[in-house]
Amino acid sequence: MYRRTALKLAAAAALAGALPLGFTHAADPIKIGAVAPKTGPLAGGAAITHWPNVQLWVHQVNERGGLRMRDGSRRKVELIEYDDRTNPGETIKAVERLATQDKVDFIVAPYGTGLNLAAAPVFAKYGYPQIACTSVTDKVPELTKRYPSIFFTLGTTTAFANSVAEVLNKLRAEGKIGNRVAMVNVADAFGIELAEAARPIFKTAGLEIVYDRSYPLGTQDLSPIVKGARAANPDAFVAWSYPPDTFAITEQSKIEGLNVKAYYTAVATAFPAYRGKFGKSIEGHLGAGGVNLDTPEMKAYLAAHKKVTGKDADYWASPVTYAGLQVLEQAIEAVGTDRKAVTEYIKKATFKTVMGHWKFVNQSIHEFWTVGQWQNGLFHGVSSTGLPGAKPVIAKPGW
Amino acid sequence: MDILITGILLGATYSLIAMGLTLQYGVARIMNLANGEMLVAGAFGAFWVFTAQQASPFAAALVVVPGAFALNWLIYRYLLRPLVRRAKNRGMLEVDSILATFGMSFVLVGIMLMVFGGGYFTYSYLAEPFEIFGSPFALNRVVACLVAVAISGLLYWGLNGTRTGMALRALAVDPAAAGLVAIDVPRMSAFSFALGGAVTAAGGIVLSTFLTMDASIGVVFTMKALIIVIMGGVGDVRGAIVAALILGLAETAVASLIDPGLTLAAAYLLFILVLLLRPEGLFGRRQS
Amino acid sequence: MTRAEARNLALAAAAFALLAFLPFLKDSGYLLSVSVSIAMYTVLATSWALFSGPTHYISLATAAFYGLGAYVVAAGIGTISYPLLLVLAGIAGAVLALAVGVTTLRLSGVYFVIFTLGLAELIRQVVTWVQNNLTGSRGMYVLTEITERIIYWELLGLAALVYLVGWLVARSRLGFALRIIGNDELVAAHVGINSAAAKLILFVISGVFAAVVGAVMAPRYTYIEPSIAYSPELSFQVVIMALIGGAHRLWGPLVGVIPFALLWELIAARFPTQTVLLLGVAFLLIVYFIPHGVVGRIESALERLRRGTRRG
Repeated sequence: MYRRTALKLAAAAALAGALPLGFTHAADPIKIGAVAPKTGPLAGGAAITHWPNVQLWVHQVNERGGLRMRDGSRRKVELIEYDDRTNPGETIKAVERLATQDKVDFIVAPYGTGLNLAAAPVFAKYGYPQIACTSVTDKVPELTKRYPSIFFTLGTTTAFANSVAEVLNKLRAEGKIGNRVAMVNVADAFGIELAEAARPIFKTAGLEIVYDRSYPLGTQDLSPIVKGARAANPDAFVAWSYPPDTFAITEQSKIEGLNVKAYYTAVATAFPAYRGKFGKSIEGHLGAGGVNLDTPEMKAYLAAHKKVTGKDADYWASPVTYAGLQVLEQAIEAVGTDRKAVTEYIKKATFKTVMGHWKFVNQSIHEFWTVGQWQNGLFHGVSSTGLPGAKPVIAKPGW
Repeated sequence: MDILITGILLGATYSLIAMGLTLQYGVARIMNLANGEMLVAGAFGAFWVFTAQQASPFAAALVVVPGAFALNWLIYRYLLRPLVRRAKNRGMLEVDSILATFGMSFVLVGIMLMVFGGGYFTYSYLAEPFEIFGSPFALNRVVACLVAVAISGLLYWGLNGTRTGMALRALAVDPAAAGLVAIDVPRMSAFSFALGGAVTAAGGIVLSTFLTMDASIGVVFTMKALIIVIMGGVGDVRGAIVAALILGLAETAVASLIDPGLTLAAAYLLFILVLLLRPEGLFGRRQS
Repeated sequence: MTRAEARNLALAAAAFALLAFLPFLKDSGYLLSVSVSIAMYTVLATSWALFSGPTHYISLATAAFYGLGAYVVAAGIGTISYPLLLVLAGIAGAVLALAVGVTTLRLSGVYFVIFTLGLAELIRQVVTWVQNNLTGSRGMYVLTEITERIIYWELLGLAALVYLVGWLVARSRLGFALRIIGNDELVAAHVGINSAAAKLILFVISGVFAAVVGAVMAPRYTYIEPSIAYSPELSFQVVIMALIGGAHRLWGPLVGVIPFALLWELIAARFPTQTVLLLGVAFLLIVYFIPHGVVGRIESALERLRRGTRRG
């Protein structure tokens, strides 16, 4: 009996040594690294969208007993996290540190477009799959060609601008609004890109841009912008804005009585804090993102997010970030910890995620939510690039 | 008219940001780079009182203002006094205080991060239209303006109408000479630094009713405050208030009449022009 | 050239040659990424101290020049060859430094400090406004084949250049003039030194270096955002590292940058959740316990040693 166990053990050891994937004991955890801002300009967004989902995912996997590997063993996840202080130089250093010092098995992609692209060469160098869930860029083809292990899931700037034009035209066709659009943007990377993409698209869609102004990041009083937009007498208001200014513009619009039937603000409209601040008055507000709230997966996710992290998830990038982690989870469970195999698997397989079925085409997800709308206290997706479950758009009632 | 009122309201906001630093830098000679963090801490207090206690954010002032006073007094007493003592001249103190308060700002951000987390905090309070001459303005900004007027009035009275105020003004002019006329320089410096911290925190409470903040946003306010204080002239509360109003009016005028994209550019341009034409600031005394 | 100078020069050359082989070490990725940031801060802090050491002017405009350099590359990449862009960035830095220097070097003390801070913000605002309204660029991507290794070598070359320039300046009439200005500007004026011109030259030199460093670093970031290129934190860090080292010696900033960068790295690695808090604490300890900079410590230690040997 004793001898037989010993033999078995020896055989297992020999097998483990022989297998290229390097199976280890069930108790041996899989090391996962994570780098994102905890401080600096992007920390506020990361604290809502990024970190809680990393926390939730690690909690759930370990509660389940760990990742179920192909050989039937269970491996728990050990998280190593770093703060990059919203500084791309720090992001690069931290990813290098995770790869060569901590020797982690996988790394959760950083937060935001700039930090993800700064880290992309390092991910590519060591062959880590980088599921960049919080990057929105129009350079997807070029970037995926350069970095064979990067994946994009959140969409492109052009698609976001396109969808806004479509939503506005839908309301126009229903006779709810005219074609006059007031457009403002924050003069920072994403805001400039979106405004630049939107100008020709709105024009082709037959929308007339009657007010088009930018404002600097960190402006402390946005009332001149809102006054200017109101004076242009628009039918629709579109702001390509960042979190602090999304809050400020909305508050100012309410005070100034900017009454339009279509009201759009970009990033942070999908934050629960937006509802927390403005309550019922945001009914009918349009914003970037959106989700299909009716699937059981989404319902379970939102409940678990609240329970484990104590906070509500946002209705845009939060579930996408979580879905990115699910992709990583399923790929590891399918092929093990060999990074090359995992990357190849992600490129080919179909994943069952909280966002529905995900299949990467040319390393990016082509069906994503683009416009959402607050309806009865929930932020529903109303426009997407081919996803099911979109709610019909409503005109915004008065404040 | 709209521009005038909006500009004044913004200027009042700026004066709330800058008044505390004038006291700290002008009188106590500490270029406090952690000033913005104190403002954010005050704002956190108001946010917590509003969301967790369901009370008016202004109620937070009862705890926050004395708390900030005590904290800043301790900071001055135990962290900055040694620097003042070892500094051979004003230049050295400036360098040392830049270095030390830069470190403190990191510590404060770290503490706030631990206590409150890194997310945005924002709430709605008095976000209603308030009619002035037929145009709607945000009530919370109007209230902020009133608070700014009240605080600056109190400071003005305190500085010009009391013995302590006279001592502080003497200190602002010349610490060495102040010592000669029996002014307890260390004590007065500590008092003025602590008072500056308390005013800043009070400003944070008011600002939190209409600005969205997070734990690491303090540096934005520090920069604005530095520029206003230098533009107004070091050591003069009036200067800071006038500079704040000028900036507020200029930014609003540029945003309404030219292009909102150039508001901050215009503010910095104005600041630079003032410095070039009057290096000692609007109300400053020429240094010999 | 004296014998000691020749020896120092040879030692420095050997050190640089040795450092150039760092990327060939096995698994050097992490080491390299740390070295890139050390090299970057060394160039920035040393060139900053070239101007600020002798003149005692504290400039917070590093980010303005750095961001300008990065933007020159981001705007021109794809149409203009990269080496030419580095030159253009240098020229842009020189022009800006000249314009700023002419108007502002008569400000003194804290006014100059805050002025440079405002300047960095002004330039950031103007550049983003131009980008938003006139150029119509869709994001600032710098997609090149330039790897971390090349960036490291470029920075190493720049560092060598900074030291060379600093050494030449110190030997020249200009350096002598600057030392007099630093001690007493009035005396300098009386002995016929054109102090404005001397200060201006130094300011331009430090501006050019900062702009070129920005241009060198741009490919590393891939995507240039104004908040990152013009980060005020950068300006402060450069000043702080130079002051901690000691700005009155050419090698002063280096002995500030290296321990500082390593300490911060250690904190970032060991205490990921309280990084910022502990960075602040470490910082305060440095300020309180090494009041005269690392150079001051070394010099007083040497002094003690010398006295000790003389007595013994």
